[in-house]
Amino acid sequence: MTEHGPKRHAKNPLQRTRLPLLPPSARSRRAHGLTLAAASGRFMLQCCAECGRYAYPARDACPHCLSEDLPFRDAPPRGELLSETTIQVTSDPYFRDHMPFRSGLVKLDCGPVAVVGLHRACGGPGSQLELSLQIDRAGQAVLFAKPLLETPDMENDPQWRELTAHPKDRRVLISDGRSPVALPLAKALARAGASKIFVGVFDRWKPFETEVAFDAIDGVECVDLDLTSERSVQDLARDIGAKVEILVNTADHVRPSHLFDAGLTNSAREAMDVTVMGLMRLAQAFGPIMRVRGADGFAGAVAWVNVLSVHGLSSQPKFGVQSAAHAACLSLSHWLRGELRQGGIRVINSFCGPLDTEWYQTVPPPKVDPRSLADAIVDGLIRGLEDIYVGDVAKDIEARLFDNPKAVEREAGR
Amino acid sequence: MVSPRARQNYDGVVLAVPVTVPYQRYSIETAHWWMGRALRALADGAGISHRDFDGFSTASFTMGPDTAIALTQHFGISPRWIDHIALGGAAGIVAIRRAARAVQAGDAEIVACVAADTNQVDTFRKTVANFSRFAQDASYPYGAGGPNASFALIARHYMDRYGATREDFGKLCVAQRENALKSSHALMKKPLTLEQYMSARAIAEPFHLFDCVMPCAGAEGFLVMREDSARGLGLPFVRLLSAIERHNAFPDDPVQERGGWLMDRDELYGMAGARPEQMDFVQTYDDYAIISMMQFEGLGFCGIGDGPQFVRQHTFTTDGSFPHNTSGGQLSAGQAGAAGGHLGITEAMRQLMGIAGGTQVKDAKLGLVSGFGMINYDRGLASAAAILARA
Repeated sequence: MTEHGPKRHAKNPLQRTRLPLLPPSARSRRAHGLTLAAASGRFMLQCCAECGRYAYPARDACPHCLSEDLPFRDAPPRGELLSETTIQVTSDPYFRDHMPFRSGLVKLDCGPVAVVGLHRACGGPGSQLELSLQIDRAGQAVLFAKPLLETPDMENDPQWRELTAHPKDRRVLISDGRSPVALPLAKALARAGASKIFVGVFDRWKPFETEVAFDAIDGVECVDLDLTSERSVQDLARDIGAKVEILVNTADHVRPSHLFDAGLTNSAREAMDVTVMGLMRLAQAFGPIMRVRGADGFAGAVAWVNVLSVHGLSSQPKFGVQSAAHAACLSLSHWLRGELRQGGIRVINSFCGPLDTEWYQTVPPPKVDPRSLADAIVDGLIRGLEDIYVGDVAKDIEARLFDNPKAVEREAGR
Repeated sequence: MVSPRARQNYDGVVLAVPVTVPYQRYSIETAHWWMGRALRALADGAGISHRDFDGFSTASFTMGPDTAIALTQHFGISPRWIDHIALGGAAGIVAIRRAARAVQAGDAEIVACVAADTNQVDTFRKTVANFSRFAQDASYPYGAGGPNASFALIARHYMDRYGATREDFGKLCVAQRENALKSSHALMKKPLTLEQYMSARAIAEPFHLFDCVMPCAGAEGFLVMREDSARGLGLPFVRLLSAIERHNAFPDDPVQERGGWLMDRDELYGMAGARPEQMDFVQTYDDYAIISMMQFEGLGFCGIGDGPQFVRQHTFTTDGSFPHNTSGGQLSAGQAGAAGGHLGITEAMRQLMGIAGGTQVKDAKLGLVSGFGMINYDRGLASAAAILARA
């Protein structure tokens, strides 16, 4: 394993666990255009469709020509620092826990001037900076600036770490070790510095070919977890619930079927039990403890990842049950996001196209190597994303849904 | 475009009855209570009933959900002209400008201009957190430093560009404290040395504790009327010679380094028939010393960027070479919300009436008051100024 920054210390049992607070979350409706961009890691600002000039802060008319046609468009994520301050005193309870706070005024290459959070590695006024839109603990978009070149230990900057869900020094639970993504995910998390990786395995008496490979990864521990059993999930939460800072739900149930197959509802119920009910059981057992640990030190609880099929967004007829189950999981994830936000815990959904695995044998390429999915999830944690689209099929569906959802529906399965 | 037509003068417009309701650091009362105290003092000072005020102009951050109209019922008055000026530190001068035209035109005879804010335990945090849409969207979520953080960015840039130092800011703060010690209205009653200023704890670099105003509760008020009315009531008064306001000036400056005064100052001095060096004192809007320096520059007391040099060349106490913020300003009197924009006006009136007591500037005949306000996002948007003269 790589060398860490601040080492995890055993917690002093006499010390009170700090409760999570949230940064100021009031935003205008228009400003949520930034939230949309931040969720998938894009840098978008309003750009006037009539005069072509960028505008910031978010507004309802172009300050140059008063056009109301101000869509959010990709913008060059660069700028020059004009001035900076380090705030030592605030009356806001969340920020009081995060003093000092370095902020600056940046002249964006695309025109407007923006107040941004500043990484401590940034130089002073005159420095060129790279900007990004980030989702903060309250789920709202904020601008953050880093130097153009990476410096050592950048991920340890306290302000930056608040805006991401870096696995470094954190403990992770992967809910289903039998998922094809579980092993590459455990490897990628270990590379990113996760201090412990619990891997849930159901029916451990059954053959589990990858167990040796899991055991070879530093910090991995396989644990019993059956997502279809309330008791199993609760038992595990009692054992390790307070040690999970990132939870990745990899549970899935892929079976090709036809809507008019006899007995379909039985297999569908089974799929729903693993996926939808499984997610609900996990949420009930692990959600409450993660939510109160959102401010529990440098490596407090930070993220919940749902590994979903992109067909949860648009049904794929050959895998209609899985599509429906993942659509339900998506809805449930929004509910969970609302609950976990109160603890500053980020709920991330990854939307993946068909994997290059046995159950998708009949599906033509392009398909996604499970290693790519694993890397995309860890990248999403490191960058602090909320929606991750993995693979060409998922990216295609994302773009087409944005363009015309009806066309996606009509062309499904063709 | 704005017509080049010369503005009508303010001949015959006067200000009377300067009122300051003594400030408190914290108050359990509402803004309405403070406004009521000011209105009572105005009526007492004028020797008439408050129901005789047929014009009523208010400014406040903490009166919500009420505005001036609700207060007419609250205070039992039936004015024929009202105004509610949500311009923070520029509200005082703007109130004068609007009220002056109302009395000139005969829309009102006597306009009571009042600014009041309370400061309950959590008032300041709530005001800052809900200040404006741009602030909520794009500045408050970055450390929630409030005005300290926003003006720190402006100050740091000004220091980098024009060579101002903390000592320059400190010199103004220390001089104002010296003035405050002679004033009966100031909350800050302990002497302040430059050493104490320099070694105070940091708030938002480059600002330290004594760069920042102390939020408090208080009220300021005055009456605007025609000279005839004042004479009829037997009231001492000061004359309004000229007044300007400008909003969102120089929007293309990436960082604010000048206010709107620069755009209108020729008109300010032209209408008054006076030059900057004739002013016997200046009351700037001093939410921070850097903003006072921008006013020295913008109002023509020195060139743009020469603020630091100007500060080093002058002394700013009531007996100094450039008497400035003679009551201690907001930095030493306290910032009573929107009343901070009126504090310089009432003090200027007292100076010109010769009733300023311990802070009296000798032979004060002409004074300049300026206002500045509303840091909507990254800069203060409103700037205003007026020249007043002894009657």
